[in-house]
Amino acid sequence: MDIHEYQAKELLARHGVHVPRGGLAYSPEQATYRAREIGGSKWVLKAQVHSGARGKAGGIKLCANDEEISNAAEAMLGRKLVTQQTGPRGKLISRLYLEEAVDIAQELYVGFVLDRKEERVMIVASAAGGMEIEDIVEKAPDSILRTSVDPGVGMQRFQAREIAFGLGLDHNLIGKATETIFSCYQVFRDYDASMLEINPLVVTRDGNLIALDAKMSFDENALFRRPEISELRDKSQEDPRETFASDRGLSYVGLDGNIGCIINGAGLAMATMDMIKIAGGEPANFLDIGGGASPERVAKSFRAVLGDKNVETILVNIFAGINRCDWVAEGVIKAIREVGVNVPLVVRLSGTKAEEGRRILADSGEAVIVADTLAEAAEKAVAAWRAAAKKKAA
Amino acid sequence: MAILLNRSTRVIVQGFTGKIGSFHAEDMKRYGSKLVGGVTPGKGGQKHLGLPVFNTVKGAVRETRAEASIVFVPPPFAADSIMEAADAGIKLCVCITDGIPSQDMMQVKRYMLRYRYEDRMRLIGPNCAGVITPGQALMGIMPGSIYLPGRVGIVGRSGTLGYEAASQMKALGIGVSTSVGIGGDPINGSSFKDMLKLFEQDDDTDAVVMIGEIGGPQEAEAAIWARDNMRKPLIAYIAGLSAPKGRRMGHAGAIISAFGESAQEKVEILKEAGVVIVPTPSSFGEVVADTLAGMKKAA
Repeated sequence: MDIHEYQAKELLARHGVHVPRGGLAYSPEQATYRAREIGGSKWVLKAQVHSGARGKAGGIKLCANDEEISNAAEAMLGRKLVTQQTGPRGKLISRLYLEEAVDIAQELYVGFVLDRKEERVMIVASAAGGMEIEDIVEKAPDSILRTSVDPGVGMQRFQAREIAFGLGLDHNLIGKATETIFSCYQVFRDYDASMLEINPLVVTRDGNLIALDAKMSFDENALFRRPEISELRDKSQEDPRETFASDRGLSYVGLDGNIGCIINGAGLAMATMDMIKIAGGEPANFLDIGGGASPERVAKSFRAVLGDKNVETILVNIFAGINRCDWVAEGVIKAIREVGVNVPLVVRLSGTKAEEGRRILADSGEAVIVADTLAEAAEKAVAAWRAAAKKKAA
Repeated sequence: MAILLNRSTRVIVQGFTGKIGSFHAEDMKRYGSKLVGGVTPGKGGQKHLGLPVFNTVKGAVRETRAEASIVFVPPPFAADSIMEAADAGIKLCVCITDGIPSQDMMQVKRYMLRYRYEDRMRLIGPNCAGVITPGQALMGIMPGSIYLPGRVGIVGRSGTLGYEAASQMKALGIGVSTSVGIGGDPINGSSFKDMLKLFEQDDDTDAVVMIGEIGGPQEAEAAIWARDNMRKPLIAYIAGLSAPKGRRMGHAGAIISAFGESAQEKVEILKEAGVVIVPTPSSFGEVVADTLAGMKKAA
């Protein structure tokens, strides 16, 4: 789960990391009011969306007076910001963050991630901050410092100190940098973060060390014990199709194709989507219905998939182990009768109670295209989608 | 004896008296697994499904001489249960639980290192379908009927995609020595490489099918190891051709976040290491059959 920059900064500031003075604004008036609260003569107005690369997309503006602030705020609010990371749909700007402008002497990069190979928290730092880490890796690979934390004892101060010296900082900044890195690690650990990136961490002309930007993501499996983080969720930043599904306990990822998918198991779901692609179609979504799928849950999945207006065909592929194909078949019929399915529907049932499931579908008299194998299911779905598209065009 | 598990492996269930634990315990017993008891703290001394319940894993091991444990404990408490098993001298632990925090798993892995290599528990999972040695024993949640006993090993992250592979093989009369689900989490107990090592040494396995997916370095690591050390054919499929970068596809671990983690990139790395690629998820059966036929010819 991602949070906004201002939320990450609040969290870090509470644990001793220095951040610029700033305030949240929901309107141009509030933004100018914030400027007076903060004081000074230059401010930065930043669109709060869950994405990096906001500057290039017009989501960050330097302002010198009320009029500039007000105009910039008006231009941003209510608009969808499209960055390199958001995809073409973009993300809605409904909150702005106004900060005092900082006089920058040097930009650094500090990031914390879960390293899957080492199975530890890895700290990555570079004196070449200000650009995306991918670009640092490409343009200044020798500047990158790495160190990993033993989960048994946690990060030690010497590790933070080594990074501080490794960044080539002035001697009077070593203490501050050590504390900043150490505090970031503690926030990462104490709140079950999965990613924390300070880019840039800046040295100011008056010799301070400030987190100018902050990005954080959290381990969704740990949210049960971090209610204060769950509260920071902003549904306006999510794909509404995904919000609908996740609120109903379904694992759903929206994509750009036309064939809606309802499948059990993440691996089989990905494989089925691949199969659709190989057969010449494009999947509209990933949906894992999970184990123990009741008829009600199946019907809910249909609602989630049909909530996407691009869906022109639905493919249900179930290989039941702990699931039961007869329940799934009942769910399919329930969905047809209660939700209303006005697109071609292909169903493949395999595993536990598959025979019973197929019989329920056949006896229902509903227009369900039945497939026996994975390949057949994908081919039939793509064929049905093409036929439907042709009919629509004619 | 295939790998990890056979009909004489003495198994206990952690989270024994819960709804899920009970359901699968019965299923495993029916399949032929040697279930000897279970653990639910506070219910020690009772009988459940005709087997003794213990308060602690140590107690269960002492009384039943259990060597293996399967964990059905809810995510907030699962890491604790795995460490309890490791400390009680369990040799094989299969954790089915989905949703364990990454930091908990980091701690589990670190904790297990405190034991000497010879005494160290082997962990399979979490968030996995478990282990089955067809015709002998089941420690997991897979439907036993789709596996034919045989001589091909299967190791995969995903449960249901593993079923797909096994049933395609069964349709062509090809059986399985052992099938292992290593799970879909970013940090798991055993890697693909760990399982390939066991299959390579196993006299009852002739070839291995590896079912990987997007995200993480494990498939590539396994392929490099196989290139340098494996004499048995390795056949692999990578799911997630159509997955976009940066999106988590159901499994916490199935997310493309670095170079070399997309399905296409992994397939390239595997091909270069000499792994036989299953091009589509509907051709597991054919590719395995062709590979086995090729081996016979060569011999």
